[in-house]
Amino acid sequence: MGRIVGGIGLSHVPSVGVAYDRGKQQDPAWKPLFDAYVPVREWLARLAPDVAIVVYNDHGADFTFDKYPTFAVGAAERYGIADEGFGTRALPEVRGDAEFSWHLCESLVYDGFDLTICQELNVEHGFLVPMNLCFDHSPRDWAVATVPLEVNVLQHPLPTASRCYQLGRAIRRAVVACERDLKVVIMGTGGMSHQLQGKRFGHIDEAFDQEFLDRIERDPAGLAAMTHQELMERAGAEAVELIMWLVMRGAMSDTVRRVHRHYYAPMATGMGLVTFEDA
Amino acid sequence: MTNKQIDPSRPIPDTTVFDGRLSQRGYRLNKLCASLTTPQNRAAFKAHEDAYMMRFALLEEEKELVRRRDFAGLIKAGLNIYLMIKLGACTGHSLYRMGAQMRGESYEAFLATRKIKDAV
Repeated sequence: MGRIVGGIGLSHVPSVGVAYDRGKQQDPAWKPLFDAYVPVREWLARLAPDVAIVVYNDHGADFTFDKYPTFAVGAAERYGIADEGFGTRALPEVRGDAEFSWHLCESLVYDGFDLTICQELNVEHGFLVPMNLCFDHSPRDWAVATVPLEVNVLQHPLPTASRCYQLGRAIRRAVVACERDLKVVIMGTGGMSHQLQGKRFGHIDEAFDQEFLDRIERDPAGLAAMTHQELMERAGAEAVELIMWLVMRGAMSDTVRRVHRHYYAPMATGMGLVTFEDA
Repeated sequence: MTNKQIDPSRPIPDTTVFDGRLSQRGYRLNKLCASLTTPQNRAAFKAHEDAYMMRFALLEEEKELVRRRDFAGLIKAGLNIYLMIKLGACTGHSLYRMGAQMRGESYEAFLATRKIKDAV
């Protein structure tokens, strides 16, 4: 039987990938962020997950508006590294677990989630920054297999926060129904408060972000009732990515034990981190 | 419609909601920017910008927004912010430089509003 051993909510800001590639982990501007992940990586090493389900959004690297799925799941043994417009980062291809992906897809579709299933998928910072923060890689491989789960948070109508939360619930049922003895972590990525367009560029609301970190732990159903309008009004247009954290939270038990929590907002995005285990 | 997520009667100040209508309007611009994800296409854009824009059948007003690097105007014309970052990368405008222009201030003035301006 499969088991969800941990959930992680975290932000996927592209500049973190640049800082990582340039070895700026000890740079004063970046040290607070990278240091927060030291205990998270130790925790993950103890949990020793077989698979990480990474709930992320693409930013126009491999999904474009000619065809734009609401929810898309990778079902491949390897995922390539996308060129986002800056050249391809020197990272190894990401290992998949196609068998588990297909199990997940079958379970989710029969549970009412009509997914797009991708046998070729190149991943980018939305997926890779969380991976860099949480897992090691060698020149050839990563410390964990993955299932990329891509969510439309760009082109409205987006899936509702509530639907994302329900998707998480369905993922939990799918993992438990898996016959293999798999240890799974699930990562909900994105946000927190930020706006990247118009005169409101640079908007950050730390009070909102801290409240979100409180409520993702204790009141996820309340958060799932928020509309996109409310999220965008308070936390900025691009903060609507936070609906992806609710997929992660939905996959955990109703009551959770929080293991880590951190917040850092140096520039134009509130970068949050929270980790949970089932209570 | 039930369960409406965006309330048109309460526009969010200084914000463009990238919805289907806007995505349709900005389709050519987004398609051009999405193509800037190979070194060959970036080189072609840099070498002959106007010829490259012809390939994507941009309207004259869209070409003019690109030529002027009018980032606020491009957003209003339906270019998605994340696709615009690819145009910025190809033309030497970082996200924060584009942001400062959209705010109507210098890059240095924008950086002065940030907590830790070295975290770029």
